[in-house]
Amino acid sequence: MYLTVFAKISSIIEDFKFVFFEDLRYMKIVEGFLNTLKITAGALLIGVIIGIIIAAVRTSFDKNKESMKLRGGVGYYILSFLNFLCQIYLTVIRGTPVVVQLMISYFVIFVSTDNGVLIGIFAFGINSGAYVAEIFRAGIMSIDNGQFEAGRSLGFNYFQTMKNIIIPQMFKAVLPTLCNEFIALLKETSVAGYVGVMDLTKAGNIVAGRTFQYFIPLFTVAIIYLVVVMILTSLVGRLERRLRKSDR
Amino acid sequence: MTDNILIKVKDLKKHYNGGAVKALDGIICEIRKGEVVVIIGPSGSGKSTFLRSLNLLEIPTAGHIYFEGTDITERKVNINNHRQKMGMVFQHFNLFPNMTVLKNMTIAPMQLLGKSKEEAEKQAFEMLERVGLKDRADAYPSQLSGGQKQRVAIVRALCMSPDVMLFDEPTSALDPEMVGEVLDVMKELAADGMTMAVVTHEMGFAKEVATRVIFMDDGKILEEGTPKEIFENPQNPRLKDFLSKVL
Repeated sequence: MYLTVFAKISSIIEDFKFVFFEDLRYMKIVEGFLNTLKITAGALLIGVIIGIIIAAVRTSFDKNKESMKLRGGVGYYILSFLNFLCQIYLTVIRGTPVVVQLMISYFVIFVSTDNGVLIGIFAFGINSGAYVAEIFRAGIMSIDNGQFEAGRSLGFNYFQTMKNIIIPQMFKAVLPTLCNEFIALLKETSVAGYVGVMDLTKAGNIVAGRTFQYFIPLFTVAIIYLVVVMILTSLVGRLERRLRKSDR
Repeated sequence: MTDNILIKVKDLKKHYNGGAVKALDGIICEIRKGEVVVIIGPSGSGKSTFLRSLNLLEIPTAGHIYFEGTDITERKVNINNHRQKMGMVFQHFNLFPNMTVLKNMTIAPMQLLGKSKEEAEKQAFEMLERVGLKDRADAYPSQLSGGQKQRVAIVRALCMSPDVMLFDEPTSALDPEMVGEVLDVMKELAADGMTMAVVTHEMGFAKEVATRVIFMDDGKILEEGTPKEIFENPQNPRLKDFLSKVL
């Protein structure tokens, strides 16, 4: 009885060695993992930057359109035009699948380059920006208008008020939702293989295909995703607790 | 005499729904340096709207506001520069909850007046000392009582060295036992010669501190005068009616 369990375990270890260490196949997984991290981190950065800009334009339009109309001038028309552009972006990006956007980026927009990782960063960044923008917009709207008024009454202009007063408070409010978006983004990058990028999922798939062993490579890949998500969650949790020290 | 006028309001109007609701209906008014003008009136009379238009937190539909000789309703005027000279205190304090008391008070002077951190903090500590809150400099707003919050809000505005202070019902959100401490700070400020415009329901404060009382109803100024004239010899029937309810 013990002997059979022992035999089973040792055969799994043998398989594991065969799958990952013969022909240095583990390097594929490492490469894929690094690419997944690069794409996620880059897309995150682009997404947050796009998100802040779009959320600022959209909330500024909603908040100030009445008073800008009253004060007159071209400001109102510029802002409505920007708001219109943002709405088109949000509609198109949220209305089409990310895989299609990725393929359009790879096969139509950036035909001249085959740096899949950069294209992945671009495509996932643009995609994530739309979702992050709406998360930030919700965050900004959840902040009491009195905070805006206090900032403006001290003499800050609109953007200084946003930067110094509103956005720091907004970040705290949206952190859990933002973390959710990061997790979704990390896992979404697993479709990067569609355009030939060697990401973690693709690497697992290749190893599986070469060794005709599916159990070990795919579970390894799943566990790596899981661990990264758990680390991310705990980091965000720690950050949240730090930011929460002002609500005692 | 004219250079004594700090704020001059000419035929100020604020309409909603295309004129169906007239929150302000032709306000004419002057505030001179060193005056303490208390604005009273029933709720919905437009007194808060009036006060908030003085620094353009409400954009008027028509009319002009001259602050230190400049028409701030002109589109070309950079209102932010003028707002630095007009301190505002709100009913709900509006302290920045993610910053300590000290940070609340130093952020604007540092960013807008170019003060160094040391300079701004030194000034903030002096101000906090005046209102008896020096030991709460590192507290967050959520750790303060309502009265303490409002005192911090007042000194936060004072840190910008304004020429006029606007108070929008500063004691209305406070527990009764905390009203006194805030009014004391305001009285001290008035005694120091600060120009103040105060919307309040505290008739005692109006009687004691105001140099002039304005009674508003339906978006109009119906009567104005010294506290003595307003409280002891009211002329307008609606003022008489209002005073009979609140006194």
